[in-house]
Amino acid sequence: MASIGQILLAGLSLGSVYALTALGFVLIYRATNVVNFAQGEFLMLGAYFLFTFVEGAKLNYGVAAVIAIGMLGVFGLLFALGIYYPLRNRSFLPVIIATIGASIMFQNGALAIWGSSPERLRPVLEIGGSGGVTLGGVFFNYQYVIILAVTLVLMAVQYAFFEFTLLGKKTQAISQDKDMARLLGIPVTGMIALTFMYSTVLGGLAGMLVAPIFFLQHNMGSIPGLKAFSASIIGGFGDVRGAIVGGLALGVLESFGGAFISTVYKDAFAFLLVIIFLLVRPQGFFGEKVGEKA
Amino acid sequence: MRMATFKPGHWAILGGVVAVALLPLLVTGRYNTNVLLLAGAWAIAALGLTVVLGYAGQISLAQASFFGIGAYAIGLGTVHYGLNWWLAFVLGLVVAVTGGIILGATTLRLGGHYLAMVTIGFQIIFTLVMTNWSALSGGPDGITRIPRPPFFVPLNTAQRYAWFALAATLLVALAVHALRDSRLGRSMRAVRENEIAAEALGVDTVRVKITAFAISAVLGAAGGSIYASGFLYIAPDTFDFGTSVQFLAMVLVGGRESVAGSVLGAGLLTFLPEWLRELKKIYLVVYGSIIVLVIVFMPEGLWGFVTLLSRSLVRPTPIPPARGALPMGGGRPAGEPVLVIENLGKYFGGLKAVDGVSFTVRQGEVHALIGPNGSGKTTILNVISGLYAPSFGEITFLGRSVGGQRASRIARCGMTRTFQNLRLFRELTVWENVLIGAQRAGGDETAIRERAASAIEFMSLTILAHNRARNLPYGTQKRVEIARALAGVPELLLLDEPAAGLTQSEKQDLVEIVQQLHARGLTMLLVEHDMSLVSQLSHHITVINFGRKIAEGAPERVLAEPAVGEAYLGNREAARA
Repeated sequence: MASIGQILLAGLSLGSVYALTALGFVLIYRATNVVNFAQGEFLMLGAYFLFTFVEGAKLNYGVAAVIAIGMLGVFGLLFALGIYYPLRNRSFLPVIIATIGASIMFQNGALAIWGSSPERLRPVLEIGGSGGVTLGGVFFNYQYVIILAVTLVLMAVQYAFFEFTLLGKKTQAISQDKDMARLLGIPVTGMIALTFMYSTVLGGLAGMLVAPIFFLQHNMGSIPGLKAFSASIIGGFGDVRGAIVGGLALGVLESFGGAFISTVYKDAFAFLLVIIFLLVRPQGFFGEKVGEKA
Repeated sequence: MRMATFKPGHWAILGGVVAVALLPLLVTGRYNTNVLLLAGAWAIAALGLTVVLGYAGQISLAQASFFGIGAYAIGLGTVHYGLNWWLAFVLGLVVAVTGGIILGATTLRLGGHYLAMVTIGFQIIFTLVMTNWSALSGGPDGITRIPRPPFFVPLNTAQRYAWFALAATLLVALAVHALRDSRLGRSMRAVRENEIAAEALGVDTVRVKITAFAISAVLGAAGGSIYASGFLYIAPDTFDFGTSVQFLAMVLVGGRESVAGSVLGAGLLTFLPEWLRELKKIYLVVYGSIIVLVIVFMPEGLWGFVTLLSRSLVRPTPIPPARGALPMGGGRPAGEPVLVIENLGKYFGGLKAVDGVSFTVRQGEVHALIGPNGSGKTTILNVISGLYAPSFGEITFLGRSVGGQRASRIARCGMTRTFQNLRLFRELTVWENVLIGAQRAGGDETAIRERAASAIEFMSLTILAHNRARNLPYGTQKRVEIARALAGVPELLLLDEPAAGLTQSEKQDLVEIVQQLHARGLTMLLVEHDMSLVSQLSHHITVINFGRKIAEGAPERVLAEPAVGEAYLGNREAARA
């Protein structure tokens, strides 16, 4: 039985991955009211891009990551143009379905390109043949530490971006009232495209971070993607803090649930929890009440 | 001449029977027959989605779990517990109905992507349980040597079983098609188009949604049972989230609102991988792209696209002629209280939208509720009709206390309404809109149709009956709303700003309509801004400002009151100007 500290560390880093993916959901939702069920696929793509450059092209990790991020950005732009833009004035249902269709397409595209056998990516850091260091009885896997650090830095940068830059304020304006933003001369379409690009990068980064821990497979993104969506509901859908808190909470819960309750039903906790939340407190931790006005 | 009585529906049935008879003969080889079987089983489950998604407009990403419940009922029931096939089949349906009702009940609180998430959760938990609870399910290895159902002839060859499966598919398709234009089917489509309007017209939206989920679950399970005995082997990974997505894709690619669409979609998506097999690895990419392309460019699916092209060719059957005058409720002596409001209040948090209003609407009168913008008139109407629960106060309608009851309940007591911002069932025709309204007063289909026809004739909409509501001009849409409300033969009709946005001549028409309805004894409560209209039509006026009643009485007296002029125009100087 692993120690509490060990489980907590694993839970927090897993939770960071959910949080990053959930943030992608939330940012797109705030800007466009679209729930992007293909968000998990961005995670898978990020992992595969990194894999291709590190293991295939034998590039240095940093260089590979930068190229992968660039590619994810382009991919996000194409996604916005190909899926969101033609459907932007339609009701939620066709849009949800189109994103699900896109996710089928991406998964199978990955299957065609990278094959069906699981791939493994070498750890980013290995010092003296060990992938981590033991401190106070807890084994700190370097990859977990990297995940936590990257997530922390990203959150700080994003917070600063939204609060202190004009571009960030414009993004917020669009999420509040698109028409008004347009009247004020904010290039709404361009900003939405930018949001898609950023969200794709966030999702992809989550994938790049877990790539050395998980096996790489064409369907590796779908369950984490759905869990991230659950996390954002638990946190309060549409709320940035909610996505982060919900993601971390879910990761920790899953980690402890897996250790103390049942390993095989680990994946069920997230979905049970989200169903309970939706029925009992649909607004989550931070969100506003859901409901239609007559 | 005889052929003239052979309707398109009969042709479709004939075509279906021929297809069922010929397909197993034309598709040969064990492998291909199995694909055909699969298409049949999948089509049955997809038809379940036609009901829940196509008709009722509720998303479900859990259809594969119901398919799995049906398959496991057969597998476990016959192999593990030695039950008769048909008994196991029925048990599977019972379990599925229970699951469907549970999922349907969540729509009480959730819709849209939240509902999607709940159904996904249900689906994933189902797969996990079936994979890991080996004692129950046989675990990831599944169940083998599943028997075929006992039938009049032994179904011991793939071909015979294919006939059986396709015949079942045809039966289900016909039943789902018949559902579409039944009372329940219309109510489902009303819920899809506008839940609030459906509720206000007496459709119990909760019951309708739960029923839709239950039917969908039953069809999912039936498809699963047929699947299990077709392939003689089942394993949990067949019934996972991916399969649910696939069911959804079938319905959307084919066309979600019609039976033909779902069957087409199921057939296409079953056979497509076989046809694309030569593309090897990229076939699934092509498959995904086809789904995306169809959704983006053919919003109503392939079949919707076909009907769109053929719409100009097929002439719809004319609506039945109206027999006799528009039926009216009533039968109470004039002047008797119909609706009594006592000290009614509605607070939204700290906002006192309605704050202690009392008035009485009497039999046979046109009672006008007036007041400046934001004074609380529409809120009062929404509380009376049950869309909002009152914060306090009493509402008595025809002697029954109805405050806080659900809108559909109140509507069924005899109250219907129109809406300030149109709430038509936009994708449905005028005829269908009014039929749904006519369902409120009960009776059989003939009675419903007769009432609807006379309401349509009364509102001079006969020639527009087969137009979709959304394609009509604004003024006409308002007339459709009134026809829809009248077809339910209300005891009290609530009109929420019926003149707003109408042209002068349309307003004159409206005055005549209201006067005619009054002459026939209909009691009406009218919220309106147009003062000349109010003074022409009403017998009694209640004036509201800041959520309180400031004046009440006969029109000429009330409109002359200084407080009323002030409420509207600020002060008397402005009133003079």
